[in-house]
Amino acid sequence: MNDDHGSVFDGLIGGDSAQWAFGTDFEDPLAGVDTTVPDGVDHAELAAYCLMLGDDALIMSQRLSEWCSRAPDLEEDIALANIALDLLGQARLLLARAAAADPVVVPALPEGSPVPAEDALAFFRDAGQFGNVRLAEVANGDFAHVIVRLLLFSVSRLALLERLRASIDTVLAHVAAKGVKELTYHRDWAARWFLTLAGGTEESRRRLVTALGDLWPYQPELVATHPVELSLARAGVGVDPATTRAEVDGILDQVFAMSGVARPDRPPLEGEGGRTGRHGTHTEALSGLLAEMQVVARAHPSGRW
Amino acid sequence: MSPRDRAVEVAGQVRDPEMPMLTLADLGVLRGVDVERTTDGEEIVVASITPTYTGCPAMGTMRDDLVHRLNDAGFPRVEVRVVLDPPWSSDWISERGRTALREAGLSAPGPARRPAGPVALTLGPPRLAPACPRCGSTATRLVSEFGATACKALYSCTDCLEPFEHVKEI
Repeated sequence: MNDDHGSVFDGLIGGDSAQWAFGTDFEDPLAGVDTTVPDGVDHAELAAYCLMLGDDALIMSQRLSEWCSRAPDLEEDIALANIALDLLGQARLLLARAAAADPVVVPALPEGSPVPAEDALAFFRDAGQFGNVRLAEVANGDFAHVIVRLLLFSVSRLALLERLRASIDTVLAHVAAKGVKELTYHRDWAARWFLTLAGGTEESRRRLVTALGDLWPYQPELVATHPVELSLARAGVGVDPATTRAEVDGILDQVFAMSGVARPDRPPLEGEGGRTGRHGTHTEALSGLLAEMQVVARAHPSGRW
Repeated sequence: MSPRDRAVEVAGQVRDPEMPMLTLADLGVLRGVDVERTTDGEEIVVASITPTYTGCPAMGTMRDDLVHRLNDAGFPRVEVRVVLDPPWSSDWISERGRTALREAGLSAPGPARRPAGPVALTLGPPRLAPACPRCGSTATRLVSEFGATACKALYSCTDCLEPFEHVKEI
């Protein structure tokens, strides 16, 4: 122990609550970062875009966290938790960036509530206000299921963040530059496990192929374009996911070829009236996920954690 | 010694909460320390830190440790700012830091990949296996690319049979 923190009991009687291991209060993940919106960029669109990318990371992180203590062995349990943590970090920055770009998006809380904007966005929005792709919210299945889900997710997100490094919004560009390094590890891990399961036993291969078939209808949404994405791509702020399609297909085909697994032939999961996750139209799975994730925060909207 | 030099020296002694054999400066997380004057003429120490990984949960503790140490050293006003650019690289770990890692039984990172365009998929073993920090053998095996903290991978040595942690290249 070093003596930086004085007595741990000081934290119980007010004083500096940050003496606890991870602090009992929050810190702004963008403290000291210049969050000025570039000239000519629509604040509401920028906030909506940050929520889409932030919600992808947040919801995926929540699903991966559910794996904690359930993976086939300790190393893979830790791997999934690490990946979830990286994505949670990306979500925090992106939600904080959304709030800084357009404070209107932050749900109103009781006066004097200490809940910071990023948490208000995570815990006090309803399913229809989330802009994540539906692949992120699907309920967990077996280990092959999480490997396929993470492969599809990380291949697309990495291709997107590679391009987002050139955003004229410096916050987005910097979040992307860091995210690329993290996603590279996530994608490699998922791809290697994909090969392992494909070349393992008859049972592991059967489960892999089943999971791929089940999740494939969610894949096209990862490379589809929402009007906000198109508008911000034209402004040099965002990335049109359609521009990542060739790279995404190339990486996936590389994995399929090496594993001898055929690219599935299943139609995309259509949204209600063409509306998908990016439009706030989700599968039933998201409500259940949010109920569990948000229940404690919502019970104590003025709570200090 | 100027207030700035003293602030740099004090902040430079603060250690990483998860790898206490390293100072934040040796880890490359402490990006700058300066003394500024507020509009009311007061001295304020501004320290800049960058996360190793975006979700690093130790950022809050690092911030608090910097504030407490500087307060104790006679700087009542301290502001810690987050710097996101350029993103942290394991290449920033100093020589002294690498020695400290090895002495603590950890393997120091090799050079990081620096892709500018599309990142190639790595399906084989991710890199040249690191040497065992205990016996020096290069007959080591990757156990997991993810370890007890975001910045470490797990290896084991097939000669001395001891497991060890390797700080990842990013």
